[in-house]
Amino acid sequence: MAIVFQKPKALSDVPLHYCPGCTHGIVHRLVAEVIDELGIEGSTIGVAPVGCAVFAYNYFNCDMQEAAHGRAPAVATGIKRANPENIVFTYQGDGDLAAIGTAETVHAAARGENITIIFINNAIYGMTGGQMAPTTLVGQVTQTSPYGRKVEAQGYPIRMSEMLSTLEGPSYIKRCSVDSIKNINDTKRAIKKAFQNQIDKKGFSLVEVLSTCPTNWGLSPVEALDWLRENMIPHYPLGTYKDIDAEQKA
Amino acid sequence: MDKVLMKGNEAIAEAAIRAGCRHFFGYPITPQTEISAYMARRMPKIGGTFLQAESEVAAINMVYGAAGAGVRAMTSSSSPGISLKSEGISYIAGADLPCVIVNIVRAGPGLGGIQPAQSDYFQAVKGGGHGDYRMIVVAPSSIQEIVDSTFLAFDLADKYRMPVMLMGDGMLGQMMEPVAFPDTTGVKLPEKEWATTGTKKMRKPNIINSLYIQPDELEALIKNRWKKYIEIEQNEVRFEAEGTEDAEIILVAYGATARIVKAAIKKARENGIKAGLIRPITLWPFPSDVISAAAKKVKAILCVEMSMGQMVEDVRLSAAGACPVHFYGRTGGVVPIPADVYDEIRRYV
Ligand SMILES: Cc1ncc(C[n+]2csc(CCOP(=O)(O)OP(=O)(O)O)c2C)c(N)n1
Ligand code: SF4
Repeated sequence: MAIVFQKPKALSDVPLHYCPGCTHGIVHRLVAEVIDELGIEGSTIGVAPVGCAVFAYNYFNCDMQEAAHGRAPAVATGIKRANPENIVFTYQGDGDLAAIGTAETVHAAARGENITIIFINNAIYGMTGGQMAPTTLVGQVTQTSPYGRKVEAQGYPIRMSEMLSTLEGPSYIKRCSVDSIKNINDTKRAIKKAFQNQIDKKGFSLVEVLSTCPTNWGLSPVEALDWLRENMIPHYPLGTYKDIDAEQKA
Repeated sequence: MDKVLMKGNEAIAEAAIRAGCRHFFGYPITPQTEISAYMARRMPKIGGTFLQAESEVAAINMVYGAAGAGVRAMTSSSSPGISLKSEGISYIAGADLPCVIVNIVRAGPGLGGIQPAQSDYFQAVKGGGHGDYRMIVVAPSSIQEIVDSTFLAFDLADKYRMPVMLMGDGMLGQMMEPVAFPDTTGVKLPEKEWATTGTKKMRKPNIINSLYIQPDELEALIKNRWKKYIEIEQNEVRFEAEGTEDAEIILVAYGATARIVKAAIKKARENGIKAGLIRPITLWPFPSDVISAAAKKVKAILCVEMSMGQMVEDVRLSAAGACPVHFYGRTGGVVPIPADVYDEIRRYV
């Protein structure tokens, strides 16, 4: 009998702790599939964030380091500089990457550090129970913006991909979403390119993935996907923000 | 062995390179900038990495990553920068990673001043970061000892898989003295089978981590780590004792301050006062036993520091009431002078 579906080798055989319907699981799977397809499991080092993905060090079947909150790009820099032939990726949430770790993110990008960042934008702090994130939309209700995010008091959400694409360091920056099969396939292609760029020593790449947090959004998994499509995508347009390959062709 | 004349800060950098350090991550701050400058010049020529990070926070986390990947990694800074590194140091201790952190101490609190001080003793020895952990702290007092301590720091870090701090001050950092470097030909660095070097599909994944959600698991891990700390307290205490056999008063001082105290002791001896010195070289593990034994034989102990009195607390704990422990300190970047220390000695004998 032909096997039509199986767990990627780069995912460990342990149950993920994510809430039902959370899209973290999908993105884990995509990263693992890419590691399998590129055959880099033996030379890949992952860096887990502080956030819901903190246990990623148990989920990926490769060497892993757990970083302090926001510091994953710095930790990845140290790993990469120690063994430049290894493939190093971080997996970070929006609080981790765009609030407490903004400096580490921006400077790893500016240095063109040859690492790959998978950035989960779910517009909220998941792990700590649903507080306002730097990516929380205007008007969005969270535990710490109980009357909705107000620009007078809390300012505006940050569009990381756009911001980072103004730098010369990055080789590839793309925003994707995992709300539909088409977009999931697109996300996988982007993740694969982001890893391939590192293998080809092209420098820093980042894939932002619009993701859901049904638990803290207070929605069912299906409603959460609708909310992502209706609210997040208009504010965070999908697309390629930087691609040095395309620039060279142009 | 040939001797060369070197500044303290440059001696640290050269010794680190000779000890096999090829990965240095720093952020500029006075009075330690010569360390970074030296690394920036040398590392590219020997296939090493010098990286000026965006902050001390980033620098220490780069050290975390590199140390976890199995190389000898180092960062250096001065007081305000060490405050920023404290989170990372706690993670490094919690993940059992070996590395060397240099603190060329300046006066605090806050932005303080750039002149020499010893007011980071508590931060270094009692844990600037959070949680139950220890860090070996080595405090040399001459440029030759800086060189020897740098080698020692890397060796102890690897031996015990923990962070080691090399603590000096602006005076030591800027001072020039002749030094000799030990011969390192044929010295092999230790294998690190726990490091994240890639599984090569030949072994189970290695994980560098300090998160343990189950309280009993974390307690067991910390208690196990404590056995290592006790072993260190038994085996790695280093100090210098001078004139303690016949002493009626013992002075306790470390680092650059000990040099000033030595001049005061010399004057005291010339004037018939039997003064001796105990100079802790490791601040943790602290030479409690020798101080405790001395306290039983002398009229008084006088602790001298460039602070309002930090190490003196450990001296008092060690003396355990066997004799009075007095304190003399200058702070804010003011360096004590031998004459003032001598006057203090005379007050107590
Ligand atoms: C220094 C520090 N500050 C705060 C925290 C608490 N904390 C843990 S996870 C988290 C937010 C994570 O949110 P995000 O990065 O968006 O990831 P998500 O959980 O949504 O996947 C915070 C604030 C911490 N662990 N360390
Ligand atoms: S809290 Fe949100 S982001 Fe975290 S696992 Fe649950 S659904 Fe996913």
